[in-house]
Amino acid sequence: MTVYAQPDATGHFGRFGGRFMPEALVAPLDELAEAWADAQADPSFLGELDRMFREYANVPSPLYDATRFSEAVGARVLLKREDLNHTGAHKIRNVLGQALLAKRIGKPRAIAETGAGQHGVASATACAYLDLDCTVYMGEVDTERQALNVARMKMLGAEVVPVTTGSRTLKDAINEALRDWVASVDHTSYLFGTAAGPHPFPTMVRDLTRGIGDEARRQVLELTGSLPDAAVACVGGGSNAIGLFTAFIDDADVQLLGVEAGGDGYETGRHASPITAGEVGVLHGARSYLLQDEDGQTMESHSISAGLDYPGVGPEHSYLASIGRARYVPATDAQAMSAFDLLCKTEGIIPAIESAHALAGAVELAKELGPDATILVNLSGRGDKDVHTAAEYFGLIDGPVVLEEGVEE
Amino acid sequence: MSSSIDALFERTRAEGRAALVGYLPAGFPDVETSVAALTAMIEGGCDLVEIGLPYSDPVMDGPTIQEAAETALANGFRTSHTFDVVRRVADAGAPVVVMTYWNPVERYGVDRFAADLAAAGGAGLITPDLIPDEAQEWEEASRAHGLDRTYLVAPSSTDRRLSMTADAASGFIYATAVMGVTGARQETSSLAPELVARLREVTDKPVGVGLGVSNGAQAHEIAQYADAVIVGSAFVRRLLDAPDTAGGVESVRELARELREGVVR
Ligand SMILES: Cc1ncc(COP(=O)(O)O)c(C=O)c1O
Repeated sequence: MTVYAQPDATGHFGRFGGRFMPEALVAPLDELAEAWADAQADPSFLGELDRMFREYANVPSPLYDATRFSEAVGARVLLKREDLNHTGAHKIRNVLGQALLAKRIGKPRAIAETGAGQHGVASATACAYLDLDCTVYMGEVDTERQALNVARMKMLGAEVVPVTTGSRTLKDAINEALRDWVASVDHTSYLFGTAAGPHPFPTMVRDLTRGIGDEARRQVLELTGSLPDAAVACVGGGSNAIGLFTAFIDDADVQLLGVEAGGDGYETGRHASPITAGEVGVLHGARSYLLQDEDGQTMESHSISAGLDYPGVGPEHSYLASIGRARYVPATDAQAMSAFDLLCKTEGIIPAIESAHALAGAVELAKELGPDATILVNLSGRGDKDVHTAAEYFGLIDGPVVLEEGVEE
Repeated sequence: MSSSIDALFERTRAEGRAALVGYLPAGFPDVETSVAALTAMIEGGCDLVEIGLPYSDPVMDGPTIQEAAETALANGFRTSHTFDVVRRVADAGAPVVVMTYWNPVERYGVDRFAADLAAAGGAGLITPDLIPDEAQEWEEASRAHGLDRTYLVAPSSTDRRLSMTADAASGFIYATAVMGVTGARQETSSLAPELVARLREVTDKPVGVGLGVSNGAQAHEIAQYADAVIVGSAFVRRLLDAPDTAGGVESVRELARELREGVVR
């Protein structure tokens, strides 16, 4: 058996990945790759990061045997509780690592893009903690649907810049962050929010999030005495999914299932499922699956989940799909919200809507695998940020508020 | 084999001046006006024109060119229009190159794009987000169809990358004068002379300097040390600010005249 070893020295996962970037950023990206390799070989850096994870971020996160949810879906479901991390999602792992690296390189300013606001909040948090100036780019549409996270970032001392170009969502926030970075790279680090973008980001982000799977693999073995039958995660850019999958790639018997945002259903064209329904192209510095029109213009994605609402995906997922090691399926808004509701009602856990897509994938997989199966699901984040969206979806607050029987205000 | 771009730089070097290179996006604000404006640019004195291919995610461009690209796309621009525009401008008396982000080329088919560009009379391609490291397919297609490959270099490029990029390029090399995106700037760059000097150490190929150049005085300054002065956003601005398209086209012609006076050493 050959051991999985990707990417190659230039950041290619097979024909995916690489570096499609303005030359101005190439030398800085080389420096970043080198700095990251150095840091990873330095026990004092790794020790400090580990300390921050434990003392500050509440990592390692627990594994949780979701018995009532399991009963409802008909297979044993184990949840990796990334929702319990500081700032409420797996994103803190990635950002603490990148921010500590920024500190080590000596760049005093950090920029980040954000969609749902989770990565922006995590970045603002890490920058407050490590004393870095922080600017977060966020599409104007997202600043409106995630207003609470905008307030959080500002409270933490970050500047939030609403992006008004293009579709005014995550992809445009990335464009704007890249434009900032070309002009500021001598004193600014770009804290990239997912396992996409030009080399070395997909690899560096994977290195930082792979603790999810490494921990979960040990935890599942300890709890059940064997490996799970499947590991399931939602896929936006792909950081929580690659963080979960990496530990299991050489375990051929463990199915890897990535769940893309199916929006209204991928057959309607309103979705965010590039691996399921997109085609190979180049966006934001890497070759990968992509939602694009006949001319290669990027198409807008659609999802109830702001964190999955991105027309691209990290290159390693495209590679894993192409070699058949991981399978990628869409879950519609309706399927995700049904799984969201089920987890709330059976376990008393409100998941992030992103993570609810992974739960929806597990619901379908349970039907395939049957009651003896063990399914590991990465619960990538908690749903506090989504209360408004979910309440609106379920019709819990949008109607007129009833004060007394018969009296409406 | 000598290309039309090689011939141009032989001529301007013999004349002891820098070449003037102007950029405008195809299809902005519509196909007809872009053809008229590009033609006016050449009549006003541009020695070479770059026709931009509007793209949804132009990360190297500032607000001016972003706005132009958005307008062109909103007005129904398609990749195939690029070749129409090239064809109609190619006879106006200056070599024509296309400047494009990579994904539209990859989507069209790299070899097919090269074939159609060559057939339309285009001389080459400028690729702001394709570095030679990733350009094997383009290298082959451009050679097969006799097109020049212009890559960008930047003040941050290492000596090793400058030399590698210069080797891979043909026609001319595009030196970005500042660390940043496109957009007119008032000052000339203090980084550009050094970047060009570093390039001269590793190559004899012509070097054009662009990013931020907007007037005759800046053009004159750059002409002292570069083989070409490249102007983009300032031309786009002329079209954006004009009260009507005819006025915009005339304004583009005037700017080309002013810049052309500047590039004489
Ligand atoms: C909780 C949560 N899960 C998942 C994602 C999707 O990102 P990725 O695919 O990089 O894990 C996000 C993004 O905001 C998120 O907030």
